[in-house]
Amino acid sequence: MSNIDSKIPEGPLAEKWSRHKAAIRVVSPANKRKLDIIVVGTGLAGASAAASLGELGYNVKAFCYQDSPRRAHSIAAQGGINAAKNYQNDNDSVYRLFYDTIKGGDYRSREANVHRLAEVSPNIIDQCVAQGVPFAREYGGNLANRSFGGVLVSRTFYARGQTGQQLLLGAYSALNRQIDAGSVEIFARHEMLDVVVIDGKARGIVARDLTNGEVKRFGAHAVVLATGGYGNVFFLSTNAMGCNGSAAWQAYKRGAYFSNPCYVQIHPTCIPVHGSQQSKLTLMSESLRNDGRVWVPKKKEDAERLRKGEISANDIKDEDRDFYLERRYPSYGNLVPRDVASRAAKERCDAGFGVNAEGKAVFLDFKYAIERLGRDTIEKRYGNLFQMYEKITDVNPYENPMQIYPAIHYAMGGTWVDYNLMTSVPGLYSIGEANFSDHGANRLGASALMQGLADGYFILPYTIGDYLAGEIMVPKIDTNAPEFEEAEKNVTGRLEKLYNIKGDQPVDYFHKKLGHIMWEYVGMSRNEEGLKKAIEEIAELKKEFWSNVRIPGEMNNINPELEKAGRLADFIDIGDLMARDALNRNESCGGHFREESVTEDGEAKRNDEIGCYASAWEFQGEDKEPVMHREELVFENVKLTQRSYK
Amino acid sequence: MADKILKKIYVKVWRQNNPSDKGRFETYEVENISQGSSFLEMIDILNDQLIREGKDPIAFDHDCREGICGMCSMYINGHAHGPDSEITTCQLHMRKFEDGETITVEPWRAGAFPVIKDLIVDRVAFDKIQQAGGYVSVNTGGVPDGNTIPIAQVDAEEAMDAAACIGCGACVATCKNSSAMLFVAAKVSQFAKLPQGKVEAKRRAKAMVAKMDELGFGGCTNTGACELACPKNISISHIARLNREYLKAKFSD
Repeated sequence: MSNIDSKIPEGPLAEKWSRHKAAIRVVSPANKRKLDIIVVGTGLAGASAAASLGELGYNVKAFCYQDSPRRAHSIAAQGGINAAKNYQNDNDSVYRLFYDTIKGGDYRSREANVHRLAEVSPNIIDQCVAQGVPFAREYGGNLANRSFGGVLVSRTFYARGQTGQQLLLGAYSALNRQIDAGSVEIFARHEMLDVVVIDGKARGIVARDLTNGEVKRFGAHAVVLATGGYGNVFFLSTNAMGCNGSAAWQAYKRGAYFSNPCYVQIHPTCIPVHGSQQSKLTLMSESLRNDGRVWVPKKKEDAERLRKGEISANDIKDEDRDFYLERRYPSYGNLVPRDVASRAAKERCDAGFGVNAEGKAVFLDFKYAIERLGRDTIEKRYGNLFQMYEKITDVNPYENPMQIYPAIHYAMGGTWVDYNLMTSVPGLYSIGEANFSDHGANRLGASALMQGLADGYFILPYTIGDYLAGEIMVPKIDTNAPEFEEAEKNVTGRLEKLYNIKGDQPVDYFHKKLGHIMWEYVGMSRNEEGLKKAIEEIAELKKEFWSNVRIPGEMNNINPELEKAGRLADFIDIGDLMARDALNRNESCGGHFREESVTEDGEAKRNDEIGCYASAWEFQGEDKEPVMHREELVFENVKLTQRSYK
Repeated sequence: MADKILKKIYVKVWRQNNPSDKGRFETYEVENISQGSSFLEMIDILNDQLIREGKDPIAFDHDCREGICGMCSMYINGHAHGPDSEITTCQLHMRKFEDGETITVEPWRAGAFPVIKDLIVDRVAFDKIQQAGGYVSVNTGGVPDGNTIPIAQVDAEEAMDAAACIGCGACVATCKNSSAMLFVAAKVSQFAKLPQGKVEAKRRAKAMVAKMDELGFGGCTNTGACELACPKNISISHIARLNREYLKAKFSD
């Protein structure tokens, strides 16, 4: 069944975007002033889009649940941003970045989107430099680069270990300039709880003012979702506590297809889980794998003694250390892509070589880099990460190796969008991590920042004009329309329902249970039996949640538990769809590893006969089975090969 | 690395139901906290306990829990972000506390940061200062190649030192005058060190300082308390640079 039109332009790959831009419509400055756009989320994608649309002359309303747009979780990205600048003369190019991204994504992304991403990547760096982003520089004054996983060139630009922060502050400053100019109005501490669709087109949102509980209506000629990913479905992840999938889920319930929900990225270098009181996991940047070497003991007895605390890492001689990534993948070594590195760590730990008390950690060792480059160089490169590690674990990583373990990090799946970044609901767009289009089944390091800013600065501002050119005769949206009435009732009805359950257990009790189901059955390794079990257990959990959750406080005041309950209600549904999608995809690819589909030496085995598609799930009603549409992925420019980093 | 368990601690925390409520301290007992837990995980456990007892949990701001978003904001035992140095509240761990200790937790206290509920304050004033001039006025597109203007490494590094500010407000909460000078200085200084920022340097320094004064932040009397409280180690030398930029701008009026 395929009724999906991805609107990929005709023509050779390298010309599609420029031909498309030349062909699409443009709105005149006089008409832009009459058009309203809502942007939900103020991370890299949302802030850059809101600022750019404001500069163009549209009336923009931007929303975020945090107290300031500057807090969005893009801020936590550490390592860097990719761009095909070829400043290092190492034979990088737009094509190479395109190819690396397609391959890294295990051939499950759209060629045309990925090529466009690579094409606009150099502009992003120029834009950020012009905004005053303090990228790292060489002594001669030029921009510096480093390497990242899954590639053989140095194309990653960085600002210490705070690249996401600096890029977000750049976009935030551009946004502030537009707020000052009056073209963008900001609604902080507001959470979008529904999309309003009138005559088949997105015409606004319903949002709750988190400071006083007031539910408000906002109308617009187009709505842009830039609300990030759904990784917190696992409870423990590297996402911020407030990150959620609710905006995307409300859009899904209003007719926007949800694509590839089973693709989530497990990041190999996180600080391991500690005890049962943990609330979130902290990422250690992938950039550390440039200079750190990953290992576990060769001998099981050494691993056992480490776990008991009888010896420490430094007691184990070099010849007794198993640098398993270098052993298994000699050409990429410690810089294999994230999904490969994560599975390899799990494999070693499952085999009994884990190094912490729980047996769920491997070493990331800087001893060799410090010997080679000196402590000062390492401190300059990673000082703030080392400090963070020491504050959390009380272990000094200059003297002892770090302990790391994989954790949920990023959602490659998301709202289905066409080439214009429009969802299956006309006038409703989805950008950044919230959409699905660019990273296939696995995202390469330093590409999330690239995609967020590409969508917000250089793609959406063009493509949204094509749609809005057809809306110039539409007057201001009347928020008294019955569709707004219905959406507001839907929102308040659900909040009241949750609040009035007055059960016995706090929200987190259910969220931890959901996280456990997801990690166990829909995590790093999946099989048919487990996925079916997950679907059953999630259904039971849903019933339990809706009959026994306890929400304290007041409806009309700041009420974090009420906010969390709403988000968890959606996470439960998202978890169900993830399991269905994973069950449906009977192959291993990227972050999706099916135990039924492996090669002889235990590597993930992709199956292009059955798997060369993007799923697009359509909502059929509460507790009804969703329908899956298939977008066939057509590869005209790269040859599909089994990914190898050996 | 088995962490020690704190058998019992007392958390004396500021409760205030809304901006007009007078507010008061309440003390709660919490048991069996691993020293490896973060401070906010301890608050999570306390809140879980309060919810189960049918009470209203403590409202507090937090998000990334890795020390970078700047949302968490607790004044713990008389220190912004607690007794440890160069970290935010979310990175503070319970190994900094002793068994049986009473831990006092307050919101940021500053006229320009009114309390919304319990430990949550309104820091929108910081956004307004940034909106007054914390940017380079370039539109998207039409900018030169990133390597067109070389920037000395030492300048880029110094700009980065200043740009590391996370906008948490610890400087304001710590300052006896509730001054926002360190916050404003971080942005002005970042742009002062970069060629891209020089074009609008005068306008920026004047506009941001004027907005800071207008919003009710106090003046700077060089006590240096802000620098000590800053989780990102922003140096008060940036305040000196702000003063220089401001005076230069004023004299050229």
